[in-house]
Amino acid sequence: MFEGPIQDLIDELSRLPGIGPKSAQRLAFYMVKAPAQDARRLAEAIVAAKEGVRFCRDCFSVSEGELCRICRDPGRDPEVICVVEESKDQAAVEKAGVIKGRYHVLGGAISPLEGIGPDDLRVQELLDRVGRNGVREVILATNPNLEGNATAMYVAALLKPLGVRVTRLASGLPVGGDLEYADEVTLGQALEGRREM
Amino acid sequence: MPLYKEQGLVLRSVKLGEADKIVTILTQGSGKVRAVAKGIRKTHSKFGARLEPFTHVTLLMYRGRNLDIVTQAEIITPFQRLRASFDLITAGETMLEAVDKVAEEHERNVRLFMLLLAGLRGLDAGPVDAAAVAESFVLKLLSLSGFHPSLAGCAGCGAPGPHQWFAAGQGGVVCPDCAESDAGRVSAPAVAWLDALQHMDLAGAGDMTPAREVRREARAMLYGFAEYHLDRRMRSFALLARQPDPVLAP
Ligand SMILES: [Zn+2]
Ligand SMILES: [Zn+2]
Repeated sequence: MFEGPIQDLIDELSRLPGIGPKSAQRLAFYMVKAPAQDARRLAEAIVAAKEGVRFCRDCFSVSEGELCRICRDPGRDPEVICVVEESKDQAAVEKAGVIKGRYHVLGGAISPLEGIGPDDLRVQELLDRVGRNGVREVILATNPNLEGNATAMYVAALLKPLGVRVTRLASGLPVGGDLEYADEVTLGQALEGRREM
Repeated sequence: MPLYKEQGLVLRSVKLGEADKIVTILTQGSGKVRAVAKGIRKTHSKFGARLEPFTHVTLLMYRGRNLDIVTQAEIITPFQRLRASFDLITAGETMLEAVDKVAEEHERNVRLFMLLLAGLRGLDAGPVDAAAVAESFVLKLLSLSGFHPSLAGCAGCGAPGPHQWFAAGQGGVVCPDCAESDAGRVSAPAVAWLDALQHMDLAGAGDMTPAREVRREARAMLYGFAEYHLDRRMRSFALLARQPDPVLAP
């Protein structure tokens, strides 16, 4: 424990995702030792990002304008929506170049242990969008972990009565891996999701 | 650093740094253990799905000063069916959260381990009412942890019931003479429902569903009692209380 502003900085840093108390301490002392203009530039970049970044009106992805680049693009099929947890997941899926439709960013995943329920996510907004735009297919691309799967199940149950096709990203063997190292859950899902050749 | 082998149930995992996670495990012989699983978030990690919450695993770990390090994990039971239903997951998460709150690090508690294993098996069997299994589990966990709620005789003087007052701070139902100012009125069916959940085995609890009103009242009593004695907020109660979710009903 330190005194005054340095401890405040450590406390703030250790609240960031992925930063433990030790890393927070190291970063804080690095920043304090760095030239004053470096510290100012970092602080300004954080504030500028916070104030400058907006979220797309339709898909809630980070966006410079009212609508993001993808939602503005008339070439992107508005009848196919790929649902992701965070903007960074959208970026990862987009890089694969397979989705010709648009996205919907939920803003996280349902996690009872973190106190995050469906009402804390943009689920209703998704349902509204599907009802409004004559959507044909919703692809659920939440993370393949417990929270992501729970979220996908929940959202799918709400979407199905709307008569829309609901698909889930396949789970299974990582490309480039060896079968013998696969655990039974992963292998089981790969078998369930097998396809005709 | 000493290497040791344990079997355990994965309670939760939180992200650490770029690609790691800290997993919390209730082990059979070493109590609650917090350990780092390196590289687990990479899609080609050797851990795969082995350290996802609910999984029953055997582990090889290095004892660290603060956190241990998982070097190997093998699945004993994956509890696949539990993972395939939203209601079962929600019910299971209540079990995990409650266990995480009462378990002590590196303090052997075989009975708690066996209780959680039975609870997860109860859910994996696909009960009709998942929330009832979780609520029965919470009652058993409270008893095991020294907070046994009195649901028949008065918690103050032992006078035989049924009683119409309930106070978490006094330890359960109380007679009119013992009831303190924070005691609340409760109905006989709600007390009877909790009493049944307390005595029923976990597998049987899932076959019963009470009337809505009875359940709402019993939940208020149970959740309040649990949070009072665990001295923590139980975050998962918010989602459990929605079950059975009319939105998700088939
Ligand atoms: Zn957009
Ligand atoms: Zn009394």
